[in-house]
Amino acid sequence: MTSTPLSARHVRKRYRDTQALDGLDLEVTTGTVHALLGPNGAGKSTAVNVFATLTRPDAGEVRVGGHDAVRHPARVRSAIGLVGQSAALDEALHGRENLVMFGRLHGLSKTSAVRRAGELLDAFGLAEAGDRKVSGYSGGMRRRLDIAAGLVTRPQLLFLDEPTTGLDPRARHEVWEMVRQVVADGTTVLLTTQYLDEADQLADMVTVLGAGRVIAEGTPSALKSDLGGDRVIITASRPDDLARMTGVLGSAAAVDPDRLEVTVEAGPAGGGAAVVEAVRSLDSAGITVDDVLLRRPTLDEVFLHLTAPEGAAR
Amino acid sequence: MTDLTPGLTSTLRQTWVITLRDLKHWQREPWGPVFGILFAIMMLLIFGYLFGGAIEMPGGGTYLPYLLPGVLALTMMFGIDGTMAVVTEDTKRGVTDRFRSLPMSGLAVPLGRAVADLGNSAVQLGVLMLGGLLIGWRIEGSFLEAAVAVGLLLWLRLAMLWLGIFLGLTLRMEGALTMVQVLVWPLGFCSSLFVSPETMPGWLGFLAAWNPVSATATACRDLFGNPTGITSGMLADHAVLVALAWPAVLLAVFVPLSVRAFRRLG
Repeated sequence: MTSTPLSARHVRKRYRDTQALDGLDLEVTTGTVHALLGPNGAGKSTAVNVFATLTRPDAGEVRVGGHDAVRHPARVRSAIGLVGQSAALDEALHGRENLVMFGRLHGLSKTSAVRRAGELLDAFGLAEAGDRKVSGYSGGMRRRLDIAAGLVTRPQLLFLDEPTTGLDPRARHEVWEMVRQVVADGTTVLLTTQYLDEADQLADMVTVLGAGRVIAEGTPSALKSDLGGDRVIITASRPDDLARMTGVLGSAAAVDPDRLEVTVEAGPAGGGAAVVEAVRSLDSAGITVDDVLLRRPTLDEVFLHLTAPEGAAR
Repeated sequence: MTDLTPGLTSTLRQTWVITLRDLKHWQREPWGPVFGILFAIMMLLIFGYLFGGAIEMPGGGTYLPYLLPGVLALTMMFGIDGTMAVVTEDTKRGVTDRFRSLPMSGLAVPLGRAVADLGNSAVQLGVLMLGGLLIGWRIEGSFLEAAVAVGLLLWLRLAMLWLGIFLGLTLRMEGALTMVQVLVWPLGFCSSLFVSPETMPGWLGFLAAWNPVSATATACRDLFGNPTGITSGMLADHAVLVALAWPAVLLAVFVPLSVRAFRRLG
């Protein structure tokens, strides 16, 4: 279990007229949640399909759990669990029957498959629903069962392709809780998502994909600080104050007269210090204001910034 | 080559797990197969009673004994779209991809489907034959001959269901299933199933006589001791051989293609 769960080098895959993967490099560290973030068509699902041996890459090297995905796909399949975009469950079977079936297809004996199914149903709050047909499950239950089905053999690496797409907020939180539980139990997770808050919530490391290539990589906080520091936004109570405020706050302050806002970029000391300093100088100048707001860049802004077409980036 | 190819026993075990899963579908949602049987009974009644009176057999004989083996063969052939439908559904839902991500043999999923559908077809066949006996069809041949006839029908079904598996795995566009459901009609009717090819214009009669389902129907008529409607030619002399050969050819083509399609789906 000491081998790297996943390492990919210069992976390329072309479908008729689109270069889905264009020299993708990726390294996933044991015990982490690694998020692949990107807009539709960035190559996230193709990447997962190549890593999970469903699709053969045109070029490049993929090693999963130390095994070459092209030369030894069966060994890779033994080391992974795949949870695809749509809930890949048998609707006519009960929840428990689904888990037992996938366990048996993984090579478990009937008794161990039944035992494992019971453990998973208990662990993910599906014990009661376990003996009902999946066709009657809610979207969230279906998704949890789907993820459980990817865990029957305690895989070294679990792929989750857009695990919360289409779920309501409550079900999303349940799935997030489940992912944290999975990682705590020692499984490494590679997840794809379009939701930045999901990556922010779950991921230790984020790789942003665009047009089949890595366009940025780092921890969520590193990506955010790369984009620029915190900003303090001060709303004036009267338009007349705006000029005095810029005088007090320094030449770097940007004014938006329509919204009565003055924006100050925080220095290296961070947002908190910038707020204190701004409030102190305004107070000593005797200027009252309506509102003081500290803005940190969201992962959304990072995302939009990075995936903006050439030249459109701000 | 150096891969851990699943051995024969694990392939068979996986196939059996898939078979049980597919059979459980019939048990939980029996409308598909029940409708299949009702449909075949409907064809039997429409052709037997609505059209039958107007149909004259070349070489004599009444129509019902001619028709019944034809309906049996048609039911086996129309199994294509039932098999294709479930395979398409699994592929669309991502169930097939999940199977493909498991360390299992590429043969197990299609083979499990084939075993389950064949079992379902055997039941359909039994119900139809009983229905036929009730409305006056008779088996004139020996028990052994009748058993061989049933075997040939299932042999045809086996070939048709592998074709259905192949189509389900490879035809990915919307409406592919409807297209196949429509196309089986001319393919089923341009045959000896309902009327003797000897009553058709020469070229059409030739095509109809060489339709794979015609061979099975003719061989079954022969074995059941029913009129074949065919008085000369290859089919009149060697119907059983041709009924063995056609499905064998189809299987030799579509089993490997299906296994390959299963692995290459991405």
